[in-house]
Amino acid sequence: MSIELKNLTYTYMPGTPFEAKAVDDISVSIKNGEFLGIIGHTGSGKTTLIGLMAGLLKPTSGTVLINGEDIGKKGYDRKNLRRHIGVVFQYPEHQLFEETVYKDIAFGPGKIGVPGDETEKRVRHAMALMELDFDGIKELSPFELSGGQKRRVAIAGVLAMEPEVLILDEPVAGLDPKGRRHLMQLITRLNSEGKTIIMITHSMDDLAENAQRVVVLNGAKMVMDDVPCKVFSNEQVLRDIGLDLPYVAKIAAGLRSKGKTVPQSVIRLDDLEDCVTKMMGKSND
Amino acid sequence: MAIVKAKDVTYSYTGENNITIALSGITMSVKKGEFVVIIGHNGSGKSTFAKHINALFLPDAGSVVVAGMDTKDESKVWDIRECAGMVFQNPDNQLVATIVEEDVAFGPENIGVPPKEIRLRVDTALEAVGMSEYKLRAPHMLSGGQKQRVAIAGVLAMHPEIIVFDEPTAMLDPEGRAEVLDTITALNAEGKTIILITHYMEEALYADRVIVMTGGQIAFDGTPREVFSNEAAMTRAGLSFPPHIALFHRLKNKGYDMGECPLHIEELVDRICQLS
Repeated sequence: MSIELKNLTYTYMPGTPFEAKAVDDISVSIKNGEFLGIIGHTGSGKTTLIGLMAGLLKPTSGTVLINGEDIGKKGYDRKNLRRHIGVVFQYPEHQLFEETVYKDIAFGPGKIGVPGDETEKRVRHAMALMELDFDGIKELSPFELSGGQKRRVAIAGVLAMEPEVLILDEPVAGLDPKGRRHLMQLITRLNSEGKTIIMITHSMDDLAENAQRVVVLNGAKMVMDDVPCKVFSNEQVLRDIGLDLPYVAKIAAGLRSKGKTVPQSVIRLDDLEDCVTKMMGKSND
Repeated sequence: MAIVKAKDVTYSYTGENNITIALSGITMSVKKGEFVVIIGHNGSGKSTFAKHINALFLPDAGSVVVAGMDTKDESKVWDIRECAGMVFQNPDNQLVATIVEEDVAFGPENIGVPPKEIRLRVDTALEAVGMSEYKLRAPHMLSGGQKQRVAIAGVLAMHPEIIVFDEPTAMLDPEGRAEVLDTITALNAEGKTIILITHYMEEALYADRVIVMTGGQIAFDGTPREVFSNEAAMTRAGLSFPPHIALFHRLKNKGYDMGECPLHIEELVDRICQLS
């Protein structure tokens, strides 16, 4: 499934003194199976942009094409769109409401008329993708679970709709280190199994390790759209808009400032380790 | 001099049909003016322990003594809470008034501080967190980092000796996190005793001491360098290293003579340059 945004603009509260552009003339296209990161300062328009991508917000101007079809045109089946694009909002566990984990995850499929046995299959599968123990927790109240489990149950609820594209807004925020690591692994695995991932995050390190492309927003405009190593080589541009570099890029920059050669493509820890090992030659042991 | 002394503290949560032991045998002390960071997994007992410091929780067994006052002494509860202030994770849950300065004044008003003195305390507290120019604003119009700084000012206006921060940066963006961490280190530089609970390992690098908790017990207690040198203890606790320290351990494990564990990127860079 391809998503193409063309000259999208979104204005909040038009015609009032509070009128503000949250997204200003942004064009991006997302290919099937891609892992796209979206970064930007708080208030730069990230969340509005994903709302537009998912067809949850109607652009003030511009078009959203899904598989080449304009979703804004009359007669477009928006309901169907929801089955293809799943959105995981910030702190999705706040949206858990059912009595049991099973019912919560099964809620979406139930709403679109998926039959019972098919629903169970979907719930099992979604829970497996999120590494949740089906028999162990399906009858528990979601509110009895740990923070990390709750978040994974909430994401499983979106996965049970079997979307081809998964949009996540800061999926690891507020989790503990193990929870963050685990969820990032699961998201990367979904991507390697073919799902298109669009992820907003403040963690440059997670994107350096996993994303194929990064879009940078600032003040409602898109300032960069490139592969991670290119984006993170623009240190000054990022700093000027209040963004940090990934740790690995900072170490690489430190080495370069001491006259060492580290290619710009080195932004992952494994690659930096290789590079540094070559630099230092064989170890003594 | 120890301003917080915990001895063999045990605490359990009682549910409908189960009992969960949250703390088992915590013994530690914090010196006046010290900056202590507590790290550990969810469920390791960090927050439960923090709530013992200002008598929100009382130990089932053992004792917690704050500035010479035993938290079990009911007559001292309010003195203890004035002495040990607490800042929580979600800034939105901690602000009560519609104007920033009124919010900061809320605590002192409640304990009957005279109005002139309140004015002084509020101004000083807002100054200390760098929020003076926002004193007439509405809290809900502020950024997360600014709200959290207002919450800190509210605690400061009570003139505590100790401030316990329970994951104050967990819900903030990187800029808000930096603002709050700068505020915390500045307060410590001025002499406040700081106990900071966090999931961000980078924040532990600034502490005098780091305590690692697992399963309701203290797994390790040492300087940041000692803690981050100890790969086994960190791994056992399910914690990860900031990437530059992770790289240090990987290289060390390959047999390179990496020297002592670096706290900052520059130290690692220098070491790599020396070896190449």
